Amino acid sequence: MSDKRNLFNKVWDLHTVQTLPGGQTQLFIGLHLIHEVTSPQAFEILRDRKLKVAFPERTIATVDHIVPTGSQARPFLDDLAEQMMSAIEKNCADFGVTLLDLKDDRQGIVHVVGPEQGLTQPGMTIVCGDSHTSTHGAFGSIAIGIGTSNVAEVLATQTMFLNRPKVRQIVVNGKLAPGVYAKDVILYIIQKLGVQGGVGYAYEFAGSTFDVMTIEERMTVCNMSIEGGARCGYINPDQTTVDYLKGRPFSPKGAEFDRAAVWWLSLASGDDAHFDDVVEFNAADIEPTVTWGITPAQSVGVGQPLPRICEVAPEEQTLIREALKFMGLEEGQPIKGTKIDVAFIGSCTNSRMSDLREAARIVEGHKVASHVKAIVVPGSQLVRKQAMAEGLHLIFEAAGFEWRAAGCSMCLAMNPDKLQGREVCASSSNRNFKGRQGSPTGRTLLMSPAMVAAAAIEGHVADIREFAGAAV
Amino acid sequence: MSNNEIKSVTATCISLLLDDIDTDRIIPARFLRCVTFDGLGEHAFEDDRQQDPSHPFNQPQFQGAGILAAGRNFGCGSSREHAPQSLMRWGIKAIIAESFAEIFFGNCGSLGIPAVKASRADLEKLAAAIQKNPKLEITVDLQKLTVTAGDVAFPVTMPNSARDALATGQWDYLGRLLIAADQVTEHAKTVPYLSGFRA
Repeated sequence: MSDKRNLFNKVWDLHTVQTLPGGQTQLFIGLHLIHEVTSPQAFEILRDRKLKVAFPERTIATVDHIVPTGSQARPFLDDLAEQMMSAIEKNCADFGVTLLDLKDDRQGIVHVVGPEQGLTQPGMTIVCGDSHTSTHGAFGSIAIGIGTSNVAEVLATQTMFLNRPKVRQIVVNGKLAPGVYAKDVILYIIQKLGVQGGVGYAYEFAGSTFDVMTIEERMTVCNMSIEGGARCGYINPDQTTVDYLKGRPFSPKGAEFDRAAVWWLSLASGDDAHFDDVVEFNAADIEPTVTWGITPAQSVGVGQPLPRICEVAPEEQTLIREALKFMGLEEGQPIKGTKIDVAFIGSCTNSRMSDLREAARIVEGHKVASHVKAIVVPGSQLVRKQAMAEGLHLIFEAAGFEWRAAGCSMCLAMNPDKLQGREVCASSSNRNFKGRQGSPTGRTLLMSPAMVAAAAIEGHVADIREFAGAAV
Repeated sequence: MSNNEIKSVTATCISLLLDDIDTDRIIPARFLRCVTFDGLGEHAFEDDRQQDPSHPFNQPQFQGAGILAAGRNFGCGSSREHAPQSLMRWGIKAIIAESFAEIFFGNCGSLGIPAVKASRADLEKLAAAIQKNPKLEITVDLQKLTVTAGDVAFPVTMPNSARDALATGQWDYLGRLLIAADQVTEHAKTVPYLSGFRA
């Protein structure tokens, strides 16, 4: 008899320690990633209760959110950031957890580091005190963001209580048009299903569009599952996944790798797997997409006008009015041509080699518009090193971009990289919430790294398909 | 270790019936530069309050409110427990919303903050009642799953597991997880990637 369980349910069942009478599962966690922002209070809970870390080898720490991307001399200029850095150093030393700190060239954004090191593998349960943990679903794992109390629970027991979500399969078939990237696919899905459409669901992304994506592209898609309300999203493991993992530092080796690959591939949802819901889209309908508002669902194709208030459902109108007012945009206006002040290429969504290579290809031989401040923040030290080996930093710098050290940077502006006043930022990150990029009145337009690159050169939102020299 | 049993919450109420209020708005990221949750209460909705003098959290008649009425998808965005921590430290003991983002909902449970769902129509009735009388005492009853506010009364929903944990004082999840420590050790041996993919 074939296994009609989808990947999510196979992996969930495998990690179920017990099910409580109320229906909650005590779930074993295979990999726990921690960083400096959401862990200090969790370690304090362990100290208060005189508890140890149960499986210290299953937890890996790095530093990313508060890391300055300019001078990283210690102590940091920001006392609070210094305190947080000292806290994670002490906590990891006291509790026997491996820390990839700034002196370690494996440091970087936690969701870039895990995959890069081969820590992230198919069939695992992965948690981190960060909502973009959904990124790791790109490998066919259950990867979810958790709060600080949960971080303490996982440190002390390697388990947590969760209610099993329903699983929605999101099928996208077809070839993406030139200039349309993985980022546009997930922005489009969120635009169609809404920012709360995924509440109560895990998303399985399936179909030929995802089949031909690289692992880095799949990470971009899964990364933003949470912006659609789904606590996790995943893509079934295939040969692309296996090939990516081969030879990574924490990947299995030799015969063990061969056994692992067989098991990983066996986890994929079968053709007759059951889903609680299925939604289908066509790749051909997806344009380069740009957000214009204050939620990631408030987006349009770059060639489309903003919505008119009278055309949207009455219950959405208040939010649309609030968004237009905050953004200083008019209903029905084109998004193309919107002037920008800052261009940011980085974040756990789009800061990997393929993102930097594509952005560099766009900017090569051009100059950033004179009124635009443009920065590139690689996702990890290893990405940075590789990009420099390929000379990408020279291309960015020649065009007028600043080339920075690795970290989360202006995605959420917990470090010195911040918007000022009402600046408008073309950003390859994941959230356009009010104030997200460090200025309470700062404004964010989310788009693909290639579109950010084009906007930086033109000084306003541009259509990558029309951008001179892009040759997409 | 068990916690307080939370069977009901009675307090005055503050309403913020906007949709998709994200955790960055509840507590902007710059206030996450800390190693304890102390002091977060005064910064709840800091930027929204700065930009809107009429924001409910600025209004004197709602200072001291213990129940928050909110809209759809409340607490969406990041996993930061700092968000419910800041609301709790501001004085919020229970939240009634049209719906919640999941991580935020889970974080509320960890902190012993009942988070119950109600229809938009009922939330609007509640908002109207407290607008008329900000001193009105509201009761969120987790056993009957009702909200009463003077003449206004309506049903609310909450998953049984979360409700039972609060009502029986079993929302110290860490304590409950620790009980199964031996079972966890045994279970780990059955996980393929912890046993050379031979399991």
